This record gives sequence, structure tokens and C-alpha cells, in this order.
Amino acid sequence: MTKYRINKTRFIDQTKNVSFTFDGKTYHGFEGDTLASALLSNGIHLVGRSFKYHRPRGIMSCGSEEPNAICQINNNTEYTEPNVRATEIEIYEGLKASSQNCWPSLNFDIGGVNNFISPLIPAGFYYKTFMWPKSFWKKIYEPLIRMSAGLGKSPTKPDPEIYDHKHEHCDVLVIGGGISGIISAKIAAKNNLKTILIEDKNILGGSTIYQNNKNFVIDGQKSNEWLTNEISELQKLDNLTIKTRTSLAAFHSYNYLLAKENISDHLPLDKKDGSIRQRLWKIRADKVIVGAGAIERPLIFNNNDRPGIILAHSVKKYLDFYGVSSGLNNIIFTNNDSAYETAVSLFEKGISVKIVDIRKKSSSSIIKNAEELGIEIYWNSTVINTFGYKKIKSIEIMNLSEDGSNVTGNKNKIQCDCLAISGGWTPMVHMHTQSGGKLDFREIDQVFVPSEKNENHINVGSCNGDFELEEIVKNTNNKVKTFLNINEGGFDKISVLCSKESEKKNIWLLPNTISESKTKSFIDFQNDSTAKDIKLALREGFKSIEHVKRYTTTGMATDQGKLSNMHALGIIADTAGVKMGTLGTTTFRPPFTPLTFGAIVGRSVGKFFDVVRKTSIHEWHIQNNAKFENVGQWKRPWYYPINNENLYEAVQRESKAARNSAGILDASTLGKIDIQGSDASEFLNRVYTNAWSKLGIGKCRYGLMLNEDGMVYDDGVTTRLGENHFLMTTTTGGAANVLSKLEDYLQTEWPELDVYLTSVTDHYSTTSICGPNSKKILKKLFPNKDFSDEAFPHMSYQDALIDKIECRIMRISFTGELSYEINIESKYGRSLWESCIKAGEEYKITPYGTETMHLLRAEKGFIIVGQDTDGTMTPIDLQMDWIVSKKKYDFIGKRSLYRSDTIREDRKQLVGLLTDDPNEILEEGAQIVSELDKNPVEMIGHVTSSYFSPNLNKSIALAVVKGGKKMKGQKLFVPMENKNINVTVSDFIFLDKENKRINA
Amino acid sequence: MFIINCPYCGERDQSEFSCGGEAHIIRPKQPTELNDDQWAEYLFMRKNIKGVQFERWNHAHGCRKWFNLVRDTSNDKIHAVYKMGEKPPVI
Ligand SMILES: [Zn+2]
Repeated sequence: MTKYRINKTRFIDQTKNVSFTFDGKTYHGFEGDTLASALLSNGIHLVGRSFKYHRPRGIMSCGSEEPNAICQINNNTEYTEPNVRATEIEIYEGLKASSQNCWPSLNFDIGGVNNFISPLIPAGFYYKTFMWPKSFWKKIYEPLIRMSAGLGKSPTKPDPEIYDHKHEHCDVLVIGGGISGIISAKIAAKNNLKTILIEDKNILGGSTIYQNNKNFVIDGQKSNEWLTNEISELQKLDNLTIKTRTSLAAFHSYNYLLAKENISDHLPLDKKDGSIRQRLWKIRADKVIVGAGAIERPLIFNNNDRPGIILAHSVKKYLDFYGVSSGLNNIIFTNNDSAYETAVSLFEKGISVKIVDIRKKSSSSIIKNAEELGIEIYWNSTVINTFGYKKIKSIEIMNLSEDGSNVTGNKNKIQCDCLAISGGWTPMVHMHTQSGGKLDFREIDQVFVPSEKNENHINVGSCNGDFELEEIVKNTNNKVKTFLNINEGGFDKISVLCSKESEKKNIWLLPNTISESKTKSFIDFQNDSTAKDIKLALREGFKSIEHVKRYTTTGMATDQGKLSNMHALGIIADTAGVKMGTLGTTTFRPPFTPLTFGAIVGRSVGKFFDVVRKTSIHEWHIQNNAKFENVGQWKRPWYYPINNENLYEAVQRESKAARNSAGILDASTLGKIDIQGSDASEFLNRVYTNAWSKLGIGKCRYGLMLNEDGMVYDDGVTTRLGENHFLMTTTTGGAANVLSKLEDYLQTEWPELDVYLTSVTDHYSTTSICGPNSKKILKKLFPNKDFSDEAFPHMSYQDALIDKIECRIMRISFTGELSYEINIESKYGRSLWESCIKAGEEYKITPYGTETMHLLRAEKGFIIVGQDTDGTMTPIDLQMDWIVSKKKYDFIGKRSLYRSDTIREDRKQLVGLLTDDPNEILEEGAQIVSELDKNPVEMIGHVTSSYFSPNLNKSIALAVVKGGKKMKGQKLFVPMENKNINVTVSDFIFLDKENKRINA
Repeated sequence: MFIINCPYCGERDQSEFSCGGEAHIIRPKQPTELNDDQWAEYLFMRKNIKGVQFERWNHAHGCRKWFNLVRDTSNDKIHAVYKMGEKPPVI
């Protein structure tokens, strides 16, 4: 055993030695130790440097509230993890931990210079100093801040571990395995309710499990012994699931909770065996009982941040749970009775301890216990300063004045190697408020407690403001009985003896002899904000707690202000002379403790990140060297390079082939909606801008769909398959939204219409063949069919059979070429495609992808919704007046087309752009200006589509330009980083304006 | 995350639904009769109440039906759920 491991406890197996390293040096601990308890057992307090002033900092607590002991774990391995609290991680053989925020080293720290220039780093320093000049931000301020801050290093390799999500439902969820949680879980489970108890530590029992003080007795037994028996009873209950190492992350409305279970974090790297690391439980509970406990408050005095200054109850836990004494010469500094338990515990183990208490007296049984043991107590006293750089060496104390606002008398210096501080307790109301619960302020001990109005959750134990053992046990029993509507609690006749605090006193900021501006009284240890920062913020006019918090960064570190928020509020209230209860608290946001990204995403990584949709022809595309593009969730062939062609070369070749002979495109991804019902044509009349009633059976028509605000929403060709039967196509990306929108109108605005919509996108595979030889290829595939213009004109459809399989042939064109689309049941898609390729061989039929499709349609001046439009373009802006029916009384968006805003003539309108140099290709998204020397430069539009057209042998572009309709022939400029490109506004139909090719 | 009682399917998790904004805004039957201000009133103006609000919801990943719901936006308590076309309850 080391010098500081002075006690044997049943929680630490001292036969199981565990070695680990901290900052490269090897240490030993035992199974059951946290990194913090193991370090303390080796006499290590100094574990990091503070964020702003780089002051030495030590372990301060034993739980999730820890602000200082933040470590990097397993650095330089793929398992590395920053910002791990040493107080929470269990050690395992081979663990490598290192301190953070201490470049160049923990013991020699250049940033410590900040400590001496600290008068220059007040609240809001970063906002005030680093704002100006703007050009300094990127090159000077940001690298400077980043280097000196350094909150850990992110892993550089992909996370090798597995994370999981699981849903769970229960009657009762109990949060927290302390005494009140155990009582609650037992009552619930014994009454046939399916109960889950979660506890973030590896064993149940909270702080009572190591409470061996004789002043705390339940049913004649010491409270730790009584609870140990209760826990073994609990483990026999069938209805109860106990999850240890599981912490609650979020408590959402309707009792939906997220809890993270650590499954293998405590195992050595070589024993993880590919098991799941963490599981995120998504729990829906009928009733929730929160027994989250309370966090001990620090006291705020000058130099209250030295290594060796630890929360008093944490000192007790290290001693009675881990068997480790934080110091050999201890001073307790307190404003309440609970710290006396620590003093008695230390004393009983023969360790030196003295007490400094700000109260004038207290007369409860635990105080009497301490006095009887002969522990020296300095009443009515406060610490005014501490000494020792890397570890505390001594303190100075003085008496308090009558009202506590000042110090009097002589300074008294006392040696120590540990100062255990206690400013009382803060109920953990985080869960309660996350779920929407409100708080009340309790004046007597200055705490916010849950104000319970929610019928589906309650708070029990110290998170409810019950701090005395008798209250905890009896109130929990009674509350749970009422909450679950149970008559027998099982703890109704229990007898509890405990020390009861009679004197209460709280001073948020303890007084000093020297002026406030010369003290460093830390409130937020992790973000290094002090009491004077808070006061400065108030002097500068900040009033709201939310503003003071952001300005001083108090409570904004990874511990989310678990130790600091109450003191910040208290000091604001005192300074502003208002009641603390009227200030309200800052918002408690989930997660309660930081969650790993792994736990959040679970299995949704890599190929499980999102659904991938593939057409039935997908494998053929892969075999033929297609490069793919993501369109929504779809994988679409982008281009098919041959012999190391790049995108440009492949597209030039594909485009020429489609215009000169034949091209083939997999168009299966276009959205398809089957529309049936006696009002189907009336429905189309209402949703499209053009007229549909007179469309003959077997005919196809292009339609444009608007939003109610008049802006273009989607487009596509719809075919009339029968009197009351249509097949609508939509854009690939818009399919789901269009269906939702149509359903919305049908169900809510026009329920009288007899119309039924079915998504059939995945049901049919679509092969599109275009080019002057397409008709010959179709004839080979369907020898019995008459493909003459008279029998099968443009914009019509016919049923057909291929190898006895039914299919539909539409003669429609998105390229401006003679073109056919064949729809066939998806499972035959690939076989049809291959038949087309075979039939087209003699015409060198060329598969083309989306990029060539875009180029071909741009040559023809066809828009792509979402590329040439952005939700702010009306059909009039797109010069598509021809498709807007003047006769129809109404359609979606019609009224908006003549609002004062939509009839403005200087709206952005679709135009063509030709570069003066035909070989110059514009960049899509580039801005367009008309006057180069205007200051500031006025941007009048932007390029939406741009290609080099192999068929026209020049660069072409589509653009939207303010008032562009009237600018044909005008010279404009596209300014780029190194040059200005001269362009001329042109017609946006570049090729075959007369539509000759469609009937070629 | 709420539990919503779909009038067609029963209680389901909120993740199956999508919200369609304020309820009982009827599309004008004769839009051409309206001046710009009247049309803008229908098109753009929506309430954003802290308190009891009538909303449209869609069981998007379920039966795909639209329905109405009365929710207190300050605490997410759902007071009533009713089908399209039914009279809104008095809350
Ligand atoms: Zn439903």
C-alpha cells in the first residue's frame, strides 16, 4: 500500500493490482479505482492547468461535476479520447492517461505567464480584444487562442469501436441508485410494475453505501449496513432490471429518456474483444422517479483553486470508499454540518484534521461527535488566502464580522496538505428541468428545488431538496406510494436516526482584507472565471443571467457549470441587491454529461449512415465503369469513362453520340406517381399550371407545378393511361415531397375529389433511348409496332410486349432529340436494358449519365428544377409563360403570379449567356455584374448551368439576371478571382429552336 | 418527444409524424377575387402562440393521413386530436 492508501474497504479489491501511466510515468492502483482515486493514492493532486491563466489545478471532486481533472486517454492510439473526467473513468491494466491543457508540460507551463498578466484578461476579454482589426482574426488571434487553449486532441483515425442503440419500455424508470432510488425501485418492483433502475457508477448505493458514521442509523443498523442488505434484497426482484455504469443523458417530454450505458470502457484494450463499447438506451417510461442526488458546493474565497483543495464530501468518499486519504494534514472549511462527517471519518482513521466553520456555532449530534473526539474547530472564521504553488501548503484564516460582510481580528496561518471545502449542497434538478419542470427557490438554505406539478414524474431524495437521512427515507417512501398509487410502501414503519442541521449560514463570496480587484476567487474552475468577472459584467450593464453567463463564460465549459452556476447567481443577486429566487436559473440542456459522438450515431455509420437506392440496372452500370453521382438517396450513373477519360472528355463523347446516333440513359430514378379516380383530370388541372381536361388517352403532357407562393416547385411529364388513370413523373429529388404535397391538398383542401395517389417509383424501371437512330433501335426491339409519326407521334404512349412482358413506351424527350422511354416492371429492367444495348450495337448506342443529360437539355434550353430554379423563380421569370393557362380559374400558385412582388420587371429572369471567347467555360454559381467599376459592385445575377457544347462547338450557359428578359444582346461581366469574363446575353435555347430534331 | 394519438392508428412516437403548421387556414375558394393584402393574409400570416395552438399533423411514416391536433406549446401537452373536417373542440 502507498502512503495515502490508508484504509481497506470492501469496494476496492486490493489483491488485484492494476498498472497504468499518467503523463508517461507508471503508477499502480487497484481494481475498482477511478483514475482520480488511483492518482490520489499515489499522492498526485496536480493534474492540469487552468484554461485562461494556466494555473496549476488538482482533482476537486469525485464525480461528473469535476472541472479540473480532465484527461486525454490512450493518446496516439485509435482509441484516444479527449476530455475524460479522471473522477469517472475506471482504471484498467495498460490505461494511458495524460493531462490536457498544459503545453509544453504539466510542471513547466509557459501559459502560466497569463497568471501574471491576468489583470489584463478580464471578463469579455476575448470579445473586446480579439474583435479588431478583423484581418488579425484568422492569422493571429485564432491560432494564438487555439494553441494556448488546447482542450484535448481529437482522434485522427476512425473510431474502431462499436456503438449501439436500443429501445426500452417500462412502467417505472428510477434514475439514480442511491438510497432514495433503491427505496423507490423496491416499492415499484414489489408492486408488479416493470421497473428499471439506472446508476452511473459501477455499484449501487450512492453516498450512503459508505456512510459508516454512528450518527446515521436505520432500523438499528448503521446506514451503510442497512443499505447493503437492501441492495441484496433488490437483486432478487424479478420485475426489476438494474443497469449500472449507465448515466442519464436526456429527459425529454412525455417521459422519453436517453441513457448511455458503458459496456466495455473499463476493460483493458486487449480484452474489449470487439464488444460493444457504449449503448444508448431510448427509454419510454410510464412513470419516472428521479433520485439524482445533489452536488456539493465549493466556497468562493481568494486562491480557492490550488491543487489539494477538494470538496469535503469527495475527501470522505476517497477515504471511505476507495481507502485513500487525500492528505495527511487536513483542514475542513465549511458552512454546514455535512463536512463534519468527513472530519470524523479522517479522525477515526488517525489522520490529522482541523475544522474552519463560518458559523458561530452548531449543536447537532455530528458536531457534538467531532467536539467529543477533540477535533479543533475554528468557529466564525473564514479562509482569506491559500499558499503553495503546485499543492496547497498552508492557509490564512480570520474571524468574520457580526454580519459576515467583513473580516476582523488577526490573521492566523495554519499548515495543511489538503483543504476540504463545503459550501452546502445543490440538488441536481437538471433532469427535472430538462423534462419541462419548474423550480422554486428555498430561502433557508439557498437552493432551487423542483416545484412538482407533473403527474408522470417525481423527484426523491436530495435532488428534491431532502438532505437529512430521515427526510430522505420517509419522504421517498410516502411520495412513491402516492405517485404509484400504492397502499403499502414497505418502508412505512422504518425508524431512522440522524444528525439534524440546526444552524445554516451561507455567504456566496467570502470577505477578505484586500480589495476584490486583487483577489482570485474562482467560480468556474474549468473556464477560469472569477467573482470579479461577474461583478465587472454587472458594472458593464449585463443584467440577465443568460447574458452574464455568456459574457464571462461562467458555466459554459464541459462540466456545464455544475459547480459554478449557483455561485454566479448568488453573487449577481448580492451585487444587484435582488432576491436570488427572482433571477431564475440558466437553462439546463441535455446531455447531462458529455456524450460520445459514437453513442449518438450508434450503428448509423459507413454504409448504414443513410439508405442507398439503386436501380435494377445498377450492377450493369458498375460493370461498365460508370462513375456515380448521389441524387437524393439514389445512386445515378454520372458518366461512363472509357480509357482513362476524365469527366469532360467522357461527357463530350457521350453528348455527341446522343445527337449523332443513339444514346441510352437509365431514367428509373424519376419519381412516378400513379393517379386514379373519376376526378383525376380535374385534380391535375388544379395542381399544374396548364390545362389537362382535354388531354387524350394515350397522350403525354409536360407540366409545371408551383407552390402557393407562385414559385416553381417541380416539373415532369404526365401520361393519360386511361379515362381516369394518369402516370405522373416528378424530378428524382422531388418525388417524396411532391407526393406529400398532393396528398395534403387532397386530404385537407379538396376532400370532395375522387382521386387516389400511389407512389410507383420503385415499381418500374425506365430506359430512355434518344438520338436520330433511336426509332430504328425501337423497331428492332418491337418489330410488330408501327413507329411512324402518324401512328406514334411525339408526346404519346403505347402499351407493348417484349419477350411476352408488358411494357409502356412513351415518346417524350428531355434532350430535344427523337426519344423514347420504356417503362417495365423493375425486375425486368436490366434485361430490357441489355436488349436495348444489343439492338443498338450496330448504331454504336452509347450509355450516358446525368452530366450528359444535363448538357443536352441545356443546349435545348430546358430547365432543371433545383438547378436553374431555387424556390424564388416563377414560370414568368423562367420565360415559360406559354405553360401558364390564362383560361383556368384557379390552380396552386395562380393568384401569386400577379402579386406586386411577382410582377416586378426587375426580378431575376432566365437568360442564355455566351462567352465572348467560345472556349471559355463559366463556373456555375459565378456572379454576374453589368458595371465593373461601380463601388460596391452590384451583383445582378448568377450562372445556373454551364457547359462546353460539343454539338455547337462553343461554351453555353444558363443564368438568372435581374430584368434579363429585356437584355438580349447586352454585354455583361462575370468577375472571377483573376480575371473578368466578358459575356453576352442570348436566347436560352441554343440548339434546334424549330424542334426539327424531335421528329427527325 | 411526444406520443401522438393518430385518429387512425392510435398512439405512436412523434418521430413518425410531421407537423404542417397552423390548422384551420382554409384556402380561399375564389383567389382571384382577393386583393394582394387579402391573399397575403392567407399565404403568409401564421400565429405563433405560446399556449394552446391548433395544428395540422401528418402521420408521414404511418398511415399518411392528415389530422388536427390541439397542443399547448408551452408544455407540449396535447389536449385533443381530431380528423380533418371535424369541428375543432373547445379548449
Ligand atoms: Zn396513422
